[in-house]
Order: sequence, then structure tokens, then C-alpha cells
Amino acid sequence: MLAYRLIFLLIVPLIVITPNITFAMHIMEGYLPPFWAISWFIITLPFIIKGFYNVKKIVKSEPNKKMFLAIVAAFVFVLSALKLPSITGSCSHPTGVGLGAVLFGPTVMSFLGLIVLLFQALLLAHGGITTLGANTFSMAVIGPVVAYGVYKLGKKSGLKNSVAVFLGAALGDLSTYVVTSIQLALAHPDPTGGILASLVKFMSIFAITQIPLAIVEGIFTVIVFNLLTQYKFEGGFLNESDN
Amino acid sequence: MKVTTKNLILLFIGILVVLLPMILNGNAEFGGADGMAEVVINKVSPDYKPWFEPFWEPPSSEIESMLFAIQASIGTGIIAYIMGYLKGKKNSAYNR
Repeated sequence: MLAYRLIFLLIVPLIVITPNITFAMHIMEGYLPPFWAISWFIITLPFIIKGFYNVKKIVKSEPNKKMFLAIVAAFVFVLSALKLPSITGSCSHPTGVGLGAVLFGPTVMSFLGLIVLLFQALLLAHGGITTLGANTFSMAVIGPVVAYGVYKLGKKSGLKNSVAVFLGAALGDLSTYVVTSIQLALAHPDPTGGILASLVKFMSIFAITQIPLAIVEGIFTVIVFNLLTQYKFEGGFLNESDN
Repeated sequence: MKVTTKNLILLFIGILVVLLPMILNGNAEFGGADGMAEVVINKVSPDYKPWFEPFWEPPSSEIESMLFAIQASIGTGIIAYIMGYLKGKKNSAYNR
């Protein structure tokens, strides 16, 4: 107990003194109270399990799509490493989950997104272990679900393939940061204005910053999507409109 | 329009969207959005102390940017490798 206290006494001033150099756009380690940290883990778990089985199914029954699984995972890797400037004068990064959601469905990206977030939390101090559930929920559950839904809806209403992909990826990206704002507001309500007041504050930071980045993410996703559709006979995808 | 032309135009627009904030808002700091979120959290609940620390943090922003560069290049490498493989496969199928 004493040792624990000593460590605590050593660490806290260190945290205060050291300038914060790690700028992560996910919720930072330790910034969600235990109740919320655990709740988001529980809510996210079913999507991860479903995603894991879907990935396994694809690898087993359609082995020529394994390469495309690798591409969509690598795409998340690349885009979430790109911190881009935004009109608000701060930086954030795209998520890259839209491409995979459009090609493989949302839960596959829940599983792949978790792996990327875990990597960043452990090796880059970007995001965190305690906030992994919440960050996975925003980036790898809601983001892909919105991307997939918007893409399908766009196709149904007769939009061109590339336009539907653009809208799906851009809105999926934006929704991730709206959810991040909601998660932070729920955990840190404003003492006078409550959850809503603090939601407005977090939204103005995360969501507004994200608007131009969402556009960039949409554009980059369409570029890779265009390239992939060139190779649809090499084990790639036959989209409904391409047949 | 050829796919390559289309993609080049898209890439150009993408780069423009990235550059625009720096041209329009040149004096800004361009710090991380999460750093700003931290400020808000401290304002909203001043008593809140993060209850968990990362096991390891990159010792400097230089090392952090190296790690991010590695992350991006691993991803790009995988994508480029597979794209090249597919292109070769497609070409050899046509030339048979």
C-alpha cells in the first residue's frame, strides 16, 4: 500500500510537469472513469466477436479475398497515422475504416479496427488501454456502420458508385468523432449545463475539426476503391453495378 | 475518363483540402484536437485525474513522428505490394 502511494505521489507531479507531447485524437488513456471504460468494452464486445467470425469465414471460404482484407487493414493503418491540419487550427486524423466497411461490411472493420487501435495504444501511447473499448466503439463500430449504411442507401437511391463511397467514408469518419464527443460529454458533464453543455464544447473541438478531414478521407477512399475495382477479376469485388 | 486521370484529379483535390487550412489560418498552432479536449475536461471537471497511465510513451515528438512514419510506411508497403501483384496478374492474364 505504501509503495503504491509512493508511486502515485511520484507519478502525479510528473504528469503535471511533463508537457503533453502525445497528441492523440482518440480518447486519451485514463480520461474515462472506470464505469464508462468498462461499459464501452461491454457494448463493443459483440461487434468484435461477430467481426472475428466474419473475418474467419472470409479467410476460409473466399481465400482470394485475403489480400483485400490485408489492403483494408493497411488502409486504416496508413490513414490513422496521417495527422492533418484543419480549419480550426488544430490537427486530427482520418480513420480509414470506410473502405473496408463498404467492401466487407461493418463488423469486419470492428475486428480489424480493434487491432490497429491496440497497436497504437501500446506502441504509440495514442488512445489507451482503458479507453480502448470506447475508442473501438466510435472508430470501429459506429464509423463502419454509418459508412456501410450511407453507402447502401446511396446505391439504392441511384448514386454513382464513387459518390456513394465518398459519402459513406466521409460521414463514417465524421460520425466517429461525434461519438467521441458524446462519450466524453457523458463521462464529463458540465457542472452547470450538464451533459448537453459539455457535448457542445467537445463537439466544437472534435467534430468541427474533423469536417475537412472527413472530406479528405472520402477522397482517399474513392481513390483506393477505384484502383481495387480495376482488379475485380483478380479475386476482387464485383459490385452490383459493375456486373 | 481513365481511372488514373480520375485518381490524379482526386489526389490533387485531396492535397488542396489539406493545404487550405494552413493558407487560410496560417498563424494557428495546429496542435492536437485531443490536447484541446484535455483543456475542456480540466475546465468541466477540475477534480478529475486520469486514473491510468500509458505503459510506455515515446520519449520525444521526434521519436513519436518516427513511429507514425513507420506505421504509415508499413501500411503503404502492404497496399503497394498487393496492388503490384494484382497488376502483374492482370497483365499476364491478358498476354496469354
